[in-house]
Amino acid sequence: MAIIQAEHLTKRYKRTVALDDLNFAVEQGELYGIIGPDGAGKTTLMRILATLLKPDAGTARMAELDVVNDYKAIRDIIGYMPGRFALYQDLTVEENLRFFASVFGTTVEENYHLVADIYRHIEPFKKRRAGRLSGGMKQKLALCCALIHKPRVLLLDEPTTGIDPVSRHELWDMLARLRQEGISVVATTPYMDEAARCDRIALMLGGRFMDVDTPQGIAARYPGHIWAVRADGMRRLAADLRSFGGTASAFSFGDAYHVTPAEGTAPGELRRHLEARGHTHISIEETQPTVEDCFMWLAKKTEDGK
Amino acid sequence: MKQFASFVVKEFTQVLRDGRTLFILLAIPIIQVLVLGYAIITEVNNAEIAVFDPSRDDETQAIKERFAASRYFDIARELTQSADIDAVFRSGNISMVVVFADGFAEGLKDGSGASVQLVADGTDPNRAAILTGYARGVLASWQAERMQTAGVPLRIGVDTHMLYNPQGKSAYNFVPGVLGLVLMLICTMMTSIAIVREKETGSMELLLASPMKPLCIILAKITPYFLLSVVNLLTVLAIAVFVMDVPVRGSLGWLFAASALFIVVALALGLLISSVVNSQMNAMLVSGLGMMMPILFFSGLLFPVESIPDALQWISYIIPARWFIDIARKIMIEGTGVEHFAKELGIIALMAAVLLAVAIKKFKVRLE
Repeated sequence: MAIIQAEHLTKRYKRTVALDDLNFAVEQGELYGIIGPDGAGKTTLMRILATLLKPDAGTARMAELDVVNDYKAIRDIIGYMPGRFALYQDLTVEENLRFFASVFGTTVEENYHLVADIYRHIEPFKKRRAGRLSGGMKQKLALCCALIHKPRVLLLDEPTTGIDPVSRHELWDMLARLRQEGISVVATTPYMDEAARCDRIALMLGGRFMDVDTPQGIAARYPGHIWAVRADGMRRLAADLRSFGGTASAFSFGDAYHVTPAEGTAPGELRRHLEARGHTHISIEETQPTVEDCFMWLAKKTEDGK
Repeated sequence: MKQFASFVVKEFTQVLRDGRTLFILLAIPIIQVLVLGYAIITEVNNAEIAVFDPSRDDETQAIKERFAASRYFDIARELTQSADIDAVFRSGNISMVVVFADGFAEGLKDGSGASVQLVADGTDPNRAAILTGYARGVLASWQAERMQTAGVPLRIGVDTHMLYNPQGKSAYNFVPGVLGLVLMLICTMMTSIAIVREKETGSMELLLASPMKPLCIILAKITPYFLLSVVNLLTVLAIAVFVMDVPVRGSLGWLFAASALFIVVALALGLLISSVVNSQMNAMLVSGLGMMMPILFFSGLLFPVESIPDALQWISYIIPARWFIDIARKIMIEGTGVEHFAKELGIIALMAAVLLAVAIKKFKVRLE
């Protein structure tokens, strides 16, 4: 059964289209990731789901409740964590948690088991004011506050933005555990590498979902091969890769360039092309397509389609 | 109810934790009432006065000597015609003119009564009130002595006339005015800032997405400021009564009732402001300037409402502080009963109800 069902969801801000006729469904108990760069429309979508904005057109239903007409009932069953830290910076960790528990008509004790895992990390600082926590701890506290009333649906807007890699890892571990409690989670993120932690992901750009599937499903759809190309002088490398006739696409990926060769192109041809342009220590390896590769490919396709 | 209680506790924690704001909240009213109150009380010594005496008899001579002998007055000029009175005020320096009626002594003797008119410059109402008060004292003491020597009752009619400010607003009148100003500023500004701060920091987004009822949010938000305003009311009143010797002649109960209603008006205005502005800075500007200017000009705090042009008087009708200051004056200074300010009280109650209803209705349950 779908816990969230959106149909033709559209939202405009003056001239900009934030959501463009969006259709999707989130299954009960699923960890659903929405992946896209800044400005893709992620926050607008989360706010509509959190009943904080009205769509211009289309509908979204959560647990069979309409986000516009039944907003009051929905507010009982969701936990929402906005994109920026929104707790009270001048209250302590403990005061914030108690306050939000009482706002939802519950107590910290009643649902402590839900947040225990996360709260353990910040408990040593419970007398500290929230404003003086590190970025990672702030997000953990915010997650605790969004969870303390045992919501059926958890909406997290960029929970890992601006925090260190270790904390990011821990947060995703926590989200994975929540799934076992039967809580459906929708989380947005601009980080492609986090996609693998989700049950299903939606790749979002320009207010549209370009593709929705499991991370593996999306990666498997990538047409053709990918070569990870490294060489000395990475800056020059970009231009020289693009000038190569056998390159369908090339973009930076970590410490390498991901090159999609045109059909029938052999690695040796590229190597010779680069050597002719004075590159040394050239390495060309076949690699598995990642979600990021798919994203770039889909983004390019969308761009070309316009 | 538990939601509400913990919200109020949270709000109080925040207010008490922010020492600077708390200081402003509690100290500003005290400073305001002292500054505004004392700035206008002037010690009167050797004030220069003029005399117009068409009668020129022994009696008026004796009175003039008394005025000259008093440490409060200095007779600087003797006028020869009544037309000079206005000119002498305009030339400055002279703060009061004592005008004797023609045939003063005859009037005393034949029992038909003699009259003296005290003309004072009402632009400085406090000084004028103090001067005419002293002048009446001088006349009264002369009258008492004269009665003993003559053995017959003498009748002197003293007619006080305030130029430029016929009401002769006195120093006392400032305290009700300041009370109105302080309550309006503090309540409106603090409520609007407190709510806009939640918008600015994003916590409003969390509150809205929670099951908390908007009405509950509003009430929980204004309760602490209502209580702080009551503290302000008490401190301002205490200073007025114990430090500045301003009386509360009428019923303290009605004064509190009227103040409570007025505070509700101010809180509702703060709510309204918070629903239209988006930054604490704007909230402060709108509630600070937007509330203070009209109160200063149209509520009778600085100028008597009766002396401003008709068109502006109409504006003053919609200024809640005007009605509250009216009530406060009637209770504190005039000591009148509720029947004399029932209309004003009704108007404030109506304003409170309407503003609160609009503020609650305007409260946004979403972000847009």
